[in-house]
Amino acid sequence: MFRLSFQIAKTQMLERPKQTLIATLGVTFGIGMFVFMVSFMTGVNVLLEETMLAATPHIRIYNEAIAAKTSVLDEYKAGEAFVNVVHNIKPKEEKQNIKNAFQMVDYLRADERVLGVSPQLTSQVFYNFGPIQINGTLVGVDIFEEDKLFDLESKIQTGRLENLLTSSNAIIMGADLAERLNMQVNDKVTVSTPDGTLKLLKVVGTFRFGVGAIDDSKSYTSIATVQKILKEDTRYITDINVKLKDYYQAGQIAREYDRKFDYTIEDWEAANASTLSTFLLRDIITYAVSITLLVVAGFGIYNIMNMTIYEKMKDIAILKAMGFAGRDVLSIFLIQAISIGLMGAASGLLIGFLLSLWIDGIPFETGGVLSVDTFPVNYDIKYYLIGLVFGLLTTGLAGYFPARKAAKIDPVEIIRS
Amino acid sequence: MSALEAVGISKYFYEPVKFQVLKSLDFKIEKGEFLALMGKSGSGKSTLLYVLSTMDTDYQGTLYINEEQVTGKSQNFLAHFRNEHIGFVFQFHYLLQEFTALQNVMLPALKLGKYAKSELEDRAYEKLKILDIQEQAGKKTNKLSGGQQQRVAIARALINDPAIIMGDEPTGNLDSANTSIVFEIFKELTEKHQQTIIAVTHDDEFAKRADRIIEMKDGMII
Ligand SMILES: Nc1ncnc2c1ncn2[C@@H]1O[C@H](COP(=O)(O)OP(=O)(O)OP(=O)(O)O)[C@@H](O)[C@H]1O
Ligand SMILES: [Mg+2]
Repeated sequence: MFRLSFQIAKTQMLERPKQTLIATLGVTFGIGMFVFMVSFMTGVNVLLEETMLAATPHIRIYNEAIAAKTSVLDEYKAGEAFVNVVHNIKPKEEKQNIKNAFQMVDYLRADERVLGVSPQLTSQVFYNFGPIQINGTLVGVDIFEEDKLFDLESKIQTGRLENLLTSSNAIIMGADLAERLNMQVNDKVTVSTPDGTLKLLKVVGTFRFGVGAIDDSKSYTSIATVQKILKEDTRYITDINVKLKDYYQAGQIAREYDRKFDYTIEDWEAANASTLSTFLLRDIITYAVSITLLVVAGFGIYNIMNMTIYEKMKDIAILKAMGFAGRDVLSIFLIQAISIGLMGAASGLLIGFLLSLWIDGIPFETGGVLSVDTFPVNYDIKYYLIGLVFGLLTTGLAGYFPARKAAKIDPVEIIRS
Repeated sequence: MSALEAVGISKYFYEPVKFQVLKSLDFKIEKGEFLALMGKSGSGKSTLLYVLSTMDTDYQGTLYINEEQVTGKSQNFLAHFRNEHIGFVFQFHYLLQEFTALQNVMLPALKLGKYAKSELEDRAYEKLKILDIQEQAGKKTNKLSGGQQQRVAIARALINDPAIIMGDEPTGNLDSANTSIVFEIFKELTEKHQQTIIAVTHDDEFAKRADRIIEMKDGMII
């Protein structure tokens, strides 16, 4: 029976090649644009996400200065009889370090989901450049641990990573910062801390992350150097950065750590919430536009099917008079719609792929800010499957309603008129 | 054995005003009978034929075909029943335009699925030959003359060897020679194969040669 319905459907479609082609092209266009736009947009998202992660630890553990929620007064006069009001509670004079940080580092390293752990301490500093002072940060790290986290080796522009260990009071400076300070490797720079300590440091290298805010303010040095500048002991650590094997688990692992440790735990998604929300917006726009295209294509099919059925009213009546049941008529027209959907989807996926290849080959000049030289494209098969499923769904629905109408046609009414 | 029995068949039309087209008709048609249905224009012949063909289910009364009650059966059942047991020739020789004459004749048989396709093709060709239009077998039906189309439609009605063949002026478009041929075919079907023919006609000659004439007037049999 299916073969007969298919035969009739095919004959009817071939009889009207123009309409069939137009309906098919509608689907082709919708699915093609969907695949192309989604591949391109998610390509951009992946690139930006990678760029972001190149400079953000998956999880950061630090000691945040928070004002106590309760005042001493509450401890002294507690109970129903009192209403204690203390305005503008300020944090206590407390050190912003993580106590027993190295124990924590050992614990984190033992976690098999963790790829690397880099303890560090950060100090706000001024880089003195003649009479001018440039604001920035000086980060004391175990440079090889930090390399594990951020692949510093690949970001070194001049000098070498190891030099940080071989000479004392050495720093590796952000490339843009070095440029502003007019520094070359082996030049010396004076930094001053907020409490007035001065320190002379030697530049042994420069790096570039491709993130402006980092490249023009950050420098790396050893943990010991920063501890000396801050006049703290050798156990003083302010931050622990963690890199995970799977960074999509960051949120969940961060919550786990949050229960275990007393410090502030921040995962990369929380740290970049605003950027990620723009990704989401872009995704929504992409899907909205593509789905609109598909729905428009669906309406095209709906129209053409309706027209076909209107023109074929007599034929439907004859088929029914000869003993074709409503479901046979339904299948004849549904087969037409689904064939259009399949042909349109197949050519649409191909066109989407070709457009992706095309834009993938177009040079994209970012001035070294992003690590690409052509437009980013994501070839995830998932989007092709979504396009296929959605395309077939739209055409199926667009065909179903007219086909059902055809199935319900009363042959007597047609034949009598 | 009766091929068809109508018991108290009535039908109304409600548009534009309520109007009874068929007025409680009772009759019986024997197997192998050649019946001519006559009457003035507007007397309700076509309307009755659509009821008898099971296509129109909007009537009162009961209809038996091959001693089986068909009144009240589902549309799917009736579709299959028509396919197997009833051949229908329309007043205006309706064929599917994008198919060839041969394909048109084959369609009901393909639907029935009783024979293999190659066998069907031979059978369909046979039927065309009986009606003397085998030369047109490969032509699209919109390239055929009115009379040729009507003969193809008759061939199509015969393809499943139905128990009853109903025709609404099946020879209306044919010249006397071809009318004669069709009449002979019908006659042979009733005599040799015990098939039953119900044909609406305005042709007195044609009717006179039938086994029985039922004449209608204002929705009643007279
Ligand atoms: N769909 C309809 N709605 C209302 N009245 C109808 C409808 N179809 C037919 N009629 C009326 O029913 C009556 C019978 O019509 P029918 O077509 O059965 O006549 P007929 O005997 O076949 O005539 P003819 O010889 O001209 O074909 C006529 O008066 C006609 O006007
Ligand atoms: Mg009539």
